[in-house]
Amino acid sequence: MSAPAPALAAAPAARPALDLQAILKDALLFALVTFGLCVPVVAYRTDLSSTSALDLTPRWGLVAILCGLVFLARLAQRLILASRDARRALTPSPRQATEAVDATPNAAQSVSRFGLPLFLGVALTFPLLAALGTGGLSESRYWIDLGILILTYVMLGWGLNIVVGLAGLLDLGYVAFYAVGAYSYALLSTTFGLSFWICLPLAGLFAALWGMILGFPVLRLRGDYLAIVTLAFGEIIRLVLINWSDFSGGAAGISSIPRITFFGLPFTADEDGFAASLGIPFSPMHRVVFLYYLILVLALITNLVTLRLRRLPIGRAWEALREDEIACRSLGINTTNTKLTAFALGAMFGGFAGSFFAVRQSFVSPESFNFLESAIILAIVVLGGMGSQIGVAIAAVAMVGGPELLRNLDFLKPVFGEHFDPNEYRLLLFGLAMVVMMIWRPRGLISERSPSVVLKERKAISGSLVKEGHG
Amino acid sequence: MSAATPLPADRPAFAATGRTPLLSVRGVKTFYGNIIALKGVDLDVNEGEIVTLIGANGAGKSTLMMTIFGNPRAREGSITYAGRDITRMPTHEIARLNLAQSPEGRRIFPRMTVYENLQMGAAVNGGAHFAQDLERVCALFPRLKERLHQRGGTMSGGEQQMLAIARALMSRPRLLLLDEPSLGLAPLVVKQIFSVIKDLNERDGMTVFLVEQNAYHALKLAHRGYVMVTGTITMSGTGRQLLDDPSVKAAYLEGGRH
Ligand SMILES: Nc1ncnc2c1ncn2[C@@H]1O[C@H](COP(=O)(O)OP(=O)(O)OP(=O)(O)O)[C@@H](O)[C@H]1O
Ligand SMILES: [Mg+2]
Repeated sequence: MSAPAPALAAAPAARPALDLQAILKDALLFALVTFGLCVPVVAYRTDLSSTSALDLTPRWGLVAILCGLVFLARLAQRLILASRDARRALTPSPRQATEAVDATPNAAQSVSRFGLPLFLGVALTFPLLAALGTGGLSESRYWIDLGILILTYVMLGWGLNIVVGLAGLLDLGYVAFYAVGAYSYALLSTTFGLSFWICLPLAGLFAALWGMILGFPVLRLRGDYLAIVTLAFGEIIRLVLINWSDFSGGAAGISSIPRITFFGLPFTADEDGFAASLGIPFSPMHRVVFLYYLILVLALITNLVTLRLRRLPIGRAWEALREDEIACRSLGINTTNTKLTAFALGAMFGGFAGSFFAVRQSFVSPESFNFLESAIILAIVVLGGMGSQIGVAIAAVAMVGGPELLRNLDFLKPVFGEHFDPNEYRLLLFGLAMVVMMIWRPRGLISERSPSVVLKERKAISGSLVKEGHG
Repeated sequence: MSAATPLPADRPAFAATGRTPLLSVRGVKTFYGNIIALKGVDLDVNEGEIVTLIGANGAGKSTLMMTIFGNPRAREGSITYAGRDITRMPTHEIARLNLAQSPEGRRIFPRMTVYENLQMGAAVNGGAHFAQDLERVCALFPRLKERLHQRGGTMSGGEQQMLAIARALMSRPRLLLLDEPSLGLAPLVVKQIFSVIKDLNERDGMTVFLVEQNAYHALKLAHRGYVMVTGTITMSGTGRQLLDDPSVKAAYLEGGRH
């Protein structure tokens, strides 16, 4: 029994001496792979010459830079990971047994404590901040539009989070419900002249109905199979919208959908318009700001409903379903109903967001509801850390705001030469950022699930543990 | 195969009663696809008894427990609980009949806290008298009380087993089905869990159906036992009778007396 003991003791001491050679080799390998990838993709730039032949411009310098960057990045990653492992090896992980018993909040809780008020504060004052930052309400239009876009995705992310994050049902066709909501408003308002405020709940209802319709056939499916069927469902809805022209206007979509009103007061320069009724000068920005606050309220409702449901039996049943379906059933939970409510509720919020989309654009076409949308929404949920509300919000900001900010990469021009167009590299950089993100936090930004019940006894329990020396 | 006759129990309380059993399984056949796992099982559990089922790996013990819970369904035969035919009932409705199960492999919810796991156990009665029941299971397993806010998945194997039993108890079952509660546990913890089962039975009058590999302890604890071999019940009798039976001794007890 004495032999393993010295080995154990020696292990941590040996750790700090990193295996530099292996790390260098590994980084070199990465650089080599990058080189291999670069040869066909980057090494030659092809231009059509005046005689419409292909001109090849070699770009070996760029290849070298890329390989060097990959080498350095991999080196840094390995070194950081190695030093972290060494630290972990020296200090036994305090999380193992005591994670939830000790009173220090975990990542999710500390983020919610400080992140949530911050997020909410920024969201509430955003139009003001944008106007102050750009020097005027009209100048801030770009930013407020971006805010609306981000909040739409926050809402969609929170809606899908019910299905994927809480109930654990992988849904790749969520955009279908977004489409149902959008077309509900578009059709109801253009054919029957119903106002947005009547159509909004109806759109949610229709989408929930479609959620159930999707739910029934897939009740027995899980994981990959469920994903495939939901993917197909999303595509079916889109194809029906394209091909059933009499009903949906086909690929051309539906245009001149009535715009939003302030609970009946239109945002126009007319006598009975919003501005005139309030006696303030007319500005087209009123409508944009109103849309901003509308989507903010809708998103917050989604969040509050989800948070509330998580504390109720139905929410807990969703989470239990995600963890173990068979155990759920043997505890008397009707898994059929549980799944259907998850699908229906998730779809309902998708429907709300959809009708918002329609009223904002005043134009809908099937092209807005392709698979990429579903993928983005799902990526938001996964990146955010399945089930974490604040994580989803942060991910939505990053996923939607990120590519927009990357439009402004002009400062890289001196590095890559004059014909460097940031727009071309935007998605590449964005993809890179996502890869890095998944390496850094493989289980999403906020992967820890915060318990739905936190009792006050918590401190007392940890106190008694300390006394008994269990901690 | 010895011919241990049906139920001349050494606990007269049950032998004397001629009433219908709480749970009765009659001629149950269960299939996995085309493979037959239960080849016609007959078994009774009377009110107030501890009944144990022993058998080798793959005999079909877990299958029987799951079949009682309707998943998989019995293809033939009938299962009656408290006078109701539950053979065709969906699992979640069976679970609402004061019948609780701690399935094989524990199946606790790993990312949920101990407290939330226990709440799930109380789901059938809508959380009525939850606080009271929580207190009760915490008294049975003080270990859980210390760890109410720990995630289920981070608990030790023994603690998880306690949680699985405690969760089943939260629904105030009249009949408790336990599948190998001693699996992978230290002898001391096994002893503790078995004494809890005994307490539940003697003090609260709970009926227990216990599937066990740990044949010696299980037969000592139980009023009656059944032996299952490849999907059929081959023997039944009081715990003592089975313990003393030479063939049981040879097959299930050799070296098992720890
Ligand atoms: N889902 C399944 N699909 C197909 N066959 C199964 C399935 N579950 C169990 N079986 C088979 O049914 C037989 C009985 O299995 P069961 O799990 O009931 O055994 P057991 O008596 O509980 O064994 P152990 O003591 O090892 O838990 C085994 O041969 C097993 O391979
Ligand atoms: Mg088994």
